[in-house]
This record gives sequence, C-alpha cells and structure tokens, in this order.
Amino acid sequence: MTQRILIVGGGVGGTILANVLARTLHSDEARITLIDKTSNHVYMPTWLYMPFNQMEAQGEHLIRPERDLLNKHVHHVVGQVTSINTKNRELHIEHTEGQDTILGTGGAREGTYSYDYLILATGARIAPADLTGLGEGEGNGKWNHFYSTEGALQLRQALQEFDGGRIVVAVGGIPYRCPPAPLEFTFLLEDWLQKRGIRQRTELQYLFPLSRVFTIESVAEMVTPLLEERNIGYTTFFNAESVDTERKVIASMEDEEVPYDLLVLIPPHRGAKVIEESGLGDEQGWIPTDRNTLEVKGQEHVYAIGDATDLPVSKSGSAAHFEAKVLAARLIAAVRGDELKGDEGSYDGEVMCFLETGRNKATQLVFNYEHPPRPPHPSLYYHMEKHLFNLAYWHIVPQGLV
Amino acid sequence: MSELSTMPINKEIDARGSFCPGPLMELIRGIKSLPVNGVLAVLSSDLGSIRDIPAWVGKAKHEMVGTIQEQGYTRFIVRKLH
Repeated sequence: MTQRILIVGGGVGGTILANVLARTLHSDEARITLIDKTSNHVYMPTWLYMPFNQMEAQGEHLIRPERDLLNKHVHHVVGQVTSINTKNRELHIEHTEGQDTILGTGGAREGTYSYDYLILATGARIAPADLTGLGEGEGNGKWNHFYSTEGALQLRQALQEFDGGRIVVAVGGIPYRCPPAPLEFTFLLEDWLQKRGIRQRTELQYLFPLSRVFTIESVAEMVTPLLEERNIGYTTFFNAESVDTERKVIASMEDEEVPYDLLVLIPPHRGAKVIEESGLGDEQGWIPTDRNTLEVKGQEHVYAIGDATDLPVSKSGSAAHFEAKVLAARLIAAVRGDELKGDEGSYDGEVMCFLETGRNKATQLVFNYEHPPRPPHPSLYYHMEKHLFNLAYWHIVPQGLV
Repeated sequence: MSELSTMPINKEIDARGSFCPGPLMELIRGIKSLPVNGVLAVLSSDLGSIRDIPAWVGKAKHEMVGTIQEQGYTRFIVRKLH
C-alpha cells in the first residue's frame, strides 16, 4: 500500500528530505507531501551580510519559490498547519490567504491531511517578548537584529545613520540559530566601521552567556585574541534578562547592566507556535527528539529534524541538512520493510559550518557528538569557500545533491 | 552522597556529547524554564563543565547542590533560587 509521508516545513531540512524521498521511492511506494506556510524558501545565512550590503528583500540569493526547488513528484501544499493530532494521525491546515490557487491546494481554504509518517521540520521563530522590555515583532529602531529580512534591513538603516558611539552585540536567549553568527557579525561590523572611517569614535562590546566568548573551547581560544587585537570589548557570563529601550541599557540574569547607543540583539528563540499548541514541545516549543533515530519521543511514526528539535546540536541549516539525509535513509528502509545496517539511518550529531573572522578571512568547524572541532587558522581560503557555498547553495543543497 | 543521589529532580537534561551549544547552555536554558526552588540535573561529558558550571551557578546566585562522578560523565545538580 502507498505510504503517505507528510513533511511540515519548507526550510533546509524539510526540502532536502522531500527531494531525496521523492527521488528514491516510487509513487506506488509513497506519496510525499510537503506543507509550507509561505510558498517561498529563504536562505537565512544571507541575513548576516545584509546590514553591510545593498541586497534587496526579493534578491535571488535570499529568496526563491519553494516549488522551483522541489522534485516534481513532491506534492506541495501551501498553508498554515493549525493543529496536529498524532492520535488520529492527521493535521489540519488553513491555506494562506491568496495562496490557495497554488498547486496542491485545489482551491480549498482549509483541509485535513492524514499520514502514515509525519516529519516535523517546523523550525524556530524569534520571540523577543521573552525578554522584559521588548515587544513582539521587529525593533522599530529601538533595538536591532539580523534574524529576519525586515530586521536585517532595519539594521542596515540604523548603521547608515550611526556616526559613532557605543555598539553592543548581545546574545539575548538560549538556544538561538547559528551559534557563530553573533561573533561573525561583530567581526564584519568592525571591518565595516573601519571602512567608513568611524571606528576610532566607536566602542564595540560583545556580550555572551558563557564563561568564554563562544560555546566551544577550541573556537573560543582562537577567536578571543582576534577580539582583543581589534579592540573589541567582551563580557562573558552575561545572560540577558531585560532591555530598557528608553534608558538604552541591557541587563543580565547575573545583575549587570551595560549601556548602549546601538543595540544588536540576537533575539530569544522558540519553536513553532503549532508545536506549542499541539502539546508536542517543551516549555520553549522544542520537540523532544531521539538524538540518533530522530523519532519524536513518546510518539509513533513521528520524526523531527532541524531547528525544531531539542537536540544538543547547533540550530543551523547544516545540522538540518545532515539530519535530513539520515532520516531519508531511515524512512526509505521503513517504507520498504528493509533492515537498517550498522549506523545507517542514525544521526551522530554531525555539523559543518564556517565562522567569518573579518579581514576577508574565515575558519571552518566540523564536529559531531563524539568529536569537538579543531578549527584551522582563519584564512582567505575558508572565507572564499563560504562565499562559494552561499552561491552554490541554491543549486545543490535543497535538491539533496550534497 | 546517598542523600544527593536520591534527591528528587524536577528536570534532567542529558547534555553528554554536546559541544555546541554545550552543557552550560543547556543548563541555563533548563533553569529558565524551571520554577523557583526547582532542582535540575545536567549530565555532561565535557571536562570544561567541571569548571564552568559551578562558576556560572555562583555568579548567577543559584545553588550548586552537588556533583556526582559517574562512569565517563558528571551529573551536576542545581537548585534555582530566584
């Protein structure tokens, strides 16, 4: 009998998984459906660079139609999942206004979809209201971030208007997407201030929750001297608790206050609303997930990948990418009734990412549950490799070719 | 020791093999979602945790209830005080 495989989320993980399954399984073995709320695929690493360049909100390096990235055998549904019932194995969907003519929805406003296998690739969302003093949504100039297209564009504007003073870059909550991004942003910002000729009258301060400037010791050891030689101040053990946008002060759980003229905050994150509302997540909406099999704990035939999980790995496209490949092998075996051999279909915590260190240099982090990274000395080579990866992304990653 | 190992735990986080974001991040995240006076256990195989976790718990003014050495990892028990 044809198995119904339902994937919720059209980010890196959901898209790769859908494409690998559709390419491997015959249509009489499985019907692959991907439900996606916006109909567009956004390459989020672009946000890091947008405050410093002229890329537009509709730029083709940032956003493309999801349908164009999907294998033709993937049934693509555009709509918001409003409830998930794992007991009856069904989802309820409201099709996004104005999107109901898009292929797959048949013109209906809402619908119920049943599944044999459900994969939650629902991602993370920013939740600034989790910090006292910040409302929902964008900062509207009172504080800034680069964790959405709109946020990155507002930050670009704020930087254009900035003419010296104190810039604070702070991590506002744990966990957040792309752990290296705050450091990368700080280094790129320092370069940008130099180029604009206002570095001399700008004080830069980096605030981080841990005892060192990055989560991983070997990386912190490499990066700390770079901060020092560029005269970037840093405060560790700073877990942001509140922001006073009138007094322009950020305060921590550890009872410290830091004043700013321009605040770049990595906002607190949560899992998708529908995960919280369906009772499938923990207090922050992350899905309890088996670290190897990627099964959702306490459920049958339900899996989670990418930022949506509570796994102790980076919330990053890279982790989602590796997880999608592993889960594809597991699902293909399940549909065909094949045995998994060795560590096939088992995620080992693998992540590979870059860390921009400014001055047109970068390093690379490769690690898994067992082995911490040994980052090479920052060089032009890794900076170029990251740049090429960003360009190549659209042609090789969503398709599951790498 | 026996008192420590039988202490009621409100939440346990298995952060073994976690390099990024790491056991201390998991602990801080766990603390945030715990009620005041709640007790959290964090399992870590990262040697740096032996230094980092008590240092942060002290700085953030929570209570380091104790640590238990297990085979290949350490169990850190922390009470949220405020």
